[in-house]
This record gives sequence, structure tokens and C-alpha cells, in this order.
Amino acid sequence: MLKTYRNDRPYPFCPGCGHGLILNQLDRALVMLGRDPRRVVLVSDIGCQGLGDQYFVTNAFHGLHGRSIAYASGIKLADPDLTVIVLMGDGGAGIGGAHLLNAARRNIGLTVLVFNNFNFGMTGGEHSVTTPQGGITATTRGGNLERPLDLCTTAAANGAGFVWRGTAFDRDLADVMAQAMQSECFALLDIWELCTAYYVPNNAFSRQALEATRQKLGWPTGIIRRAEPETKEYARALNEAAAPRSAVPPLRPRPVVPRYTSGLAREFRLVIAGSAGGKVRSLARLLGEAALLSGLWATQQDDYPVTVQSGHSISELIFSPHEILFTGVARPDALVLVSEEGYKMARRYVEGLIAGSWLFTTPAFAGLETPARKVICDFEAAGIRESKKHLALLTTAVALRRLELFPLDAFADALRGGQRPEIAAESLALLAASASVSGREEEASR
Amino acid sequence: MREFIDGATAVARAALDAGCDFFAGYPISPATPLLLHMVRELPRCGGVAIQTEDEIAAISMCIAAAMTGRRALTATSGPGISLYSENIGLAIMGEVPLVIVDVQRMGPATGGATTPGQGDVQFVRWSTSGGYPIIALAPGSVAECYSLTRRAFDLAERFRAPVFLLTDKEIFLSMSTVALDSYEYPPVRPRALAPAQMDEPYAPYRPGPDHTAPLFSPIGGPHIVRFTGSSHDARGFLTKDPATVGRLNEHLWRKIEDHVAEIELAQADLQADACTLFIAYGITARAMAEAVRQVRASGRAVSALNVQTLWPIPERTLLQALAASADGPRAVTRIVVAELNLGDLRREVERVIYRWAATTGRRAPEIIGLNRLDGEMITPEQFMVFV
Ligand SMILES: Cc1ncc(C[n+]2csc(CCOP(=O)(O)OP(=O)(O)O)c2C)c(N)n1
Ligand code: SF4
Ligand SMILES: [Mg+2]
Repeated sequence: MLKTYRNDRPYPFCPGCGHGLILNQLDRALVMLGRDPRRVVLVSDIGCQGLGDQYFVTNAFHGLHGRSIAYASGIKLADPDLTVIVLMGDGGAGIGGAHLLNAARRNIGLTVLVFNNFNFGMTGGEHSVTTPQGGITATTRGGNLERPLDLCTTAAANGAGFVWRGTAFDRDLADVMAQAMQSECFALLDIWELCTAYYVPNNAFSRQALEATRQKLGWPTGIIRRAEPETKEYARALNEAAAPRSAVPPLRPRPVVPRYTSGLAREFRLVIAGSAGGKVRSLARLLGEAALLSGLWATQQDDYPVTVQSGHSISELIFSPHEILFTGVARPDALVLVSEEGYKMARRYVEGLIAGSWLFTTPAFAGLETPARKVICDFEAAGIRESKKHLALLTTAVALRRLELFPLDAFADALRGGQRPEIAAESLALLAASASVSGREEEASR
Repeated sequence: MREFIDGATAVARAALDAGCDFFAGYPISPATPLLLHMVRELPRCGGVAIQTEDEIAAISMCIAAAMTGRRALTATSGPGISLYSENIGLAIMGEVPLVIVDVQRMGPATGGATTPGQGDVQFVRWSTSGGYPIIALAPGSVAECYSLTRRAFDLAERFRAPVFLLTDKEIFLSMSTVALDSYEYPPVRPRALAPAQMDEPYAPYRPGPDHTAPLFSPIGGPHIVRFTGSSHDARGFLTKDPATVGRLNEHLWRKIEDHVAEIELAQADLQADACTLFIAYGITARAMAEAVRQVRASGRAVSALNVQTLWPIPERTLLQALAASADGPRAVTRIVVAELNLGDLRREVERVIYRWAATTGRRAPEIIGLNRLDGEMITPEQFMVFV
């Protein structure tokens, strides 16, 4: 049992600064709990209070301004049995407000001590998120106009399991700190204190003024929230969910064993241009699988807007008997064009079509001028129900029959193996139905 | 045997194989697939993965977890690297092993979320204050996504420094066919640990010999550990003593710069009688490979360099490529540096070549930029006009 968790270095703070009082109480609290100093981490913010970790014999993590709660969270997630204590100022609570709110919301087991002296001590007494209205600081010479942030009710309303407000002079501060650490909750202690270099002289502030300020605001003190003991601590909960489940290392290669052969002698570039929601990308992926099932190499590169459910969806595919080095397609050997949105973004592919290349499309694009062999597929006329929803698959199926890149059975296998059973059944039915449409081939124009 | 796979899956697999057991990230195209892989797979391996409130929290948590002994990974795109900036400095200063995946998209600002770009090359190098060196690897294929991710973890552990995997939307998200026997498995060596029993108090920042990383002891482990991002002495206490500060900063510099030979990596595909040398990385290196194939198929000669470490730039390999032919009748007279920006790597190539020319008295080859900024990829045909 250690008699103190302090080392022999003297504090560097200005005479009368509240930081030393709070650190002394922290030492008392640590002595009360008697935890192994190697299992205790002081995560200090930046500011005068952030120097505090250097006066203790525990582990220390001194990071960047405002981020101490985020580092503390990382430590706690990595090793939930550690006692993790954050030393931060009112400055850090402001710039790091997002971390404070989210740590409270998660109820991650950190003890956060806010050394709240109503201004930035280290940088020269500028105002902070907790400066009272009317407070004189280096940056509010005429008195602060902003409302101070009530850290406690904010944290409490958002899930912090242990919330307390008081001052550096409170006799029970060490007890409260010890309770906070034992609570295994996100514990926030808003500790009001004096910055004798700036806030005190600028505002004729004093120990008595702390209480007067609080009364004026009407804010509560003491323990403001204490969660039910069974409330789950976040780092433990996340780690419990992470118990090893599978003996097989994840994401193993899923080699595709060729079951078919292909007569393809050179690289073939197929572009499918349709609309978002038209299953273009999933179709392209299955075509790639089918090519591998047939002993070919394949690549797939997609283009789509950020709004995945609207606008265009274009997949470029390359099939080849040898390794494909570059995935881009400048000029397709065949273009499957099934929607207006696809057409808008696929103009360059349409323009890249030459005599000998193919265009597979719907009656809507029958008028499109192209030197390519144009095959118009009318699935509605063939009586295929809901064909509009499945134009990409249906039209590509017609193309596959004509182009003979690989056996249709390989594609059927890919449909079967790569989708949920009910979707696979639907796709296979569509593939079968598409056989009734061979497409009307139009004279090459232009 | 082959598989049909994208770069994101290859990176995730490599990270797990490398022993990654901590991931924190914030969703952003085109890096999100890695976040999804990690939150799905890491818990199954006993690891922790979390989507954080923002990128600052993501890298903060990774840095802290790494100091408890975890192998940490985070992933984002350019806008997120901007938010990582200050913490990248912390990782350098605190000597933190950390792998950062940057899946580049077109910038600046929100730019093109689903549009390829390679504009972060200089950005990652100078992404934080102070100007200290970093390591950045750029996979030129899906198979390299796997091997270079392993390598990134190895380097991060060994040098106790942030290591970038700088990739791009097309390599990361496009599906490729990869022959399983083409995967390489570079070793992932763990960081050097301080012995559990020591005669004197553990000094977390005492550099190893020849400016190697200090011996590691995890927070929560056998020793009291003091981690800090402020100028510090060997025991992790703040100091302004010029001699101590100077030594520390020189150590952070030399830890990388004195060891570039162990880090730099490039694939040189040289032809003896080629006058033209192509240089590219990432997705652009794929177009380069196809261009080389076509040029040679047509009976002409060309050399190519796939740059795999953008930082440090593979100076030795580059100069060897020049020196190999420098005295022959057909020396390299033209270098084409291709990239989806206006010359991020080219300025480094120029720096290396012009200094080489100045110190050897040789004539520097002409250095040409092949650049594109319209959101489209550089094509093999664009390379071929230079031969
Ligand atoms: C990103 C960043 N912005 C600004 C600073 C400068 N800075 C140092 S300490 C500080 C505020 C400290 O105030 P507080 O947290 O209240 O601590 P105190 O000094 O009052 O204890 C600031 C703004 C910094 N270190 N980092
Ligand atoms: S400036 Fe203020 S906060 Fe800083 S040490 Fe002095 S009194 Fe304390
Ligand atoms: Mg303050």
C-alpha cells in the first residue's frame, strides 16, 4: 500500500492556484483505493492543469488540447480493467466538447476531473465555455456576453453515470473522487476553483464568489446523477461482445475453382450502364465470378454518385484469358444500356463504339445512332413480368447468349452461389425467361 | 487458384493477419468498406473496433490503444486526414506504432467523394507541424494491398511511428482477379519490448542504438509509463533544456532518415536499351504496366518503376535505374512521372535526379509530368505516346 501517489516533484502552479488543491485530493483518493499505480493512468489535457500528471507515480498520458477524453476512451477500450482518470480544464471541456458528450452517452468508465477556473490560465486568462456572464477576461474586456455551459446537467442528461459539482475546497472531494472511480461509470466532476493569476484579479473573485456565482446561476451541487449499479460500462460491454468466436481466421481467400471453359482469346470489355437501384453492380460482380468459374480473369470497376439509390450506376467489366493489368475501360467491346440515367453518364462509351462492337439496349434507345451492331431487346413485348426492374440482368443475359464469352451455365452457377436463395431463384427464372428474347438486330447506322 | 477481390478486403485481411486488434474510424467514401470489415471481423478475433464521433476521436483512440500494446489501424480519406493532422504529430512525437489508411479521393475539400485522385502525396508527408519525416506506402495492385498492409504494420511496429497506406478509390474498391500464389507475406515483427525486470526505472523515451525506437512497455504493464506529446526527456518529463530537446528532435528525424535503406521499396522493370523510364504508383501504376506490355509487344523498349514507398522515395532504386544505362549507348533520356495530381511525386523525382546530375556531372534526363485532374484515370494510351 502506498502512503502517497505523489512523487517528490513540487507543483509548478502560481501561489493560491486551485490546481494543487485538487491534485492533493486526487492523491488522497488514490491512497483510499490503494490500486496498483501501474494499473492507474492519468490522462492529462493541455493547460496548467495538464501539467498535473508529472507529480504522480502512476502511468501518464499527456496528449493534445481537448482530446484527453478520447485518449482515455482508447485506453479504457483497450484495457477495461485500468483505472483511467482524466485531468482537464474548462478550456479542454470546450474544445473537446464532442468527446465529452459522446463519452457520457456511451457511459464509458472514465473519471473526468474538470479543473474549472472559468478561464484559460495557461494562455493568459481568455474566456472559456464556463466563464460566467459578465466575467472579465483577456478576450471579454467588457464582460462576457455568452451563457456559461452547464457541464453537469449536459453530461447527466446524456447518460453520464456519475455527475458531481463542487469546489476545490470541499472537504469530501477525495471521497467523491474515490466513489467516482469505484462507480465504473462515466464520471464527471465539475470542480470549481481559482485561477489566482487571471480570473481572480480580473474579477475581484474569491472563494466566496464561487458560491455566489453558483447561487446566481441556480445550478445544483453535490451528486447530480448516480446511475443504477447494473448500468453497463461501455468498454466492458464492447469487449465482452468481442470474445473470440471463430477458430478460422476471418476473410480467408475464397478461391473460385474453374468448372467451365471459355474460348475467349483476348481481353473483352463490357460496360453495363443503368440506374442506381437497378442492381448493376451486384450483376457485374456475379459476371466476374462467372468468368472466374470459366477459367478467365476479370475486373470490375464501378461508377455511381454519392446518392446510391438514385442517379446512374455504371460497371465496367474486363474479361480476359490472361492477367488484366489495368482496370479502366476507354472503349467497350459491348455496351449494355438500359436506362436514361445510365445513358447520360455513358455517352463516352456510346461514342467509343465502333463497327464490330455491340450495343445491347431497350426499345427506348432504338433511335440511337451508332456504327456498332445494335440489338434491341423488348422484354415487355415478350410478356416478361416486371421486366423494367430487371432490365440490366435481362439485357445482359441476351448479350451473353450472343457474345459467348463464357458458358451461360457458369453465370447461372454464379447467380446461385452469390445471392440469397430467394433472390437467386428469381434471377434464375429471369435468366430462363430471357431466352425467349434474342433481340432485334438493327442495321448499323452512320 | 484465383479469387475475385477488391483492395479493401485485401487490406482488411492483411491487417488481421498482421495481428491488428484495434480499429477506430469514422465513415467516409471511399474508405468506409474497411471500417465495415473491421467492425464485423475484429470482434470475432477478440479485437475492438469502434465508429467514433469524429476523425479526431478515431485517431486519438488508436494512438492511446497502441500505447497499451495494441496494433492499431484507422482509415479515412483526404478530408479525414485533415482532421487527423494534429494527432499525426502526436504519433510522431510520442513514438506511436500506428497504421493510417488514406483512400484518396479527388480534392480539395469535399471534392469528389466517389472520384479517384492521387492528390495526397505531399499532403501526408507534410500533414502535421514540425516537418518530421513519415513513412507512406502505395500499393499498385490488390495483391500489393495485402503485402504492403502487412509491411505497414511491420514498419509501424519497428520504427514506432505512424505509417500511411496511401491508396486510391480505384485500387481500393475495384474488383480484380488475383492468383493466390501471387500474394507475398512479408514478416510483421513486433515492437521491441523492455524487459519486465530492470535495474533502473524504465525510461520510455530513451532511444535505442543508432537512432532506433525506444524499448516499449505497455501502459498497464510491468513498468510505469509516461507518454507525452510535449518536448520531453528520456523519462517522459517536460523539458526546455536545449541539449535534451535537440537530441530528442534529432532522434525523431534520424529514426526514419538514417534507416531509409531498410524502408524504401520499388519495383523496377528495366529494359537495357530503353531510353524512356515510366514512373507511377497506385492505380496509375496499373495503367503503366499495361502500357509497358503493349509497348514491348510492339517490339519497342521501355523501363518502368512502380513506386511502393512514396516516403521515403526510393532514391536508390531510381538512381540504379539511371546508372544501369548511364554509360551505355542508349541511356535513359526521358522520365515520365504519371500521377492524378499536378506533380506531387515529380517534384521529388526532379530533386533526386537533378542532385544526382549535379554531383556526378552527368546529364539529367528530361523529366515530364503525365497528369490528370478531371476525375478520370490516366490510361495506358496516354503513357504510350511517350515511347
Ligand atoms: C489545438 C490547440 N489550440 C490551442 C492551444 C493553446 N492552449 C494551451 S492551453 C489552452 C487553454 C487552457 O485552458 P484550460 O483548459 O482551462 O486550462 P488551465 O490553463 O486554465 O488550467 C490553450 C487554448 C493548444 N495547445 N492546442
Ligand atoms: S495561470 Fe492560473 S491556472 Fe495557471 S497556474 Fe497560474 S493560477 Fe493556476
Ligand atoms: Mg481553465
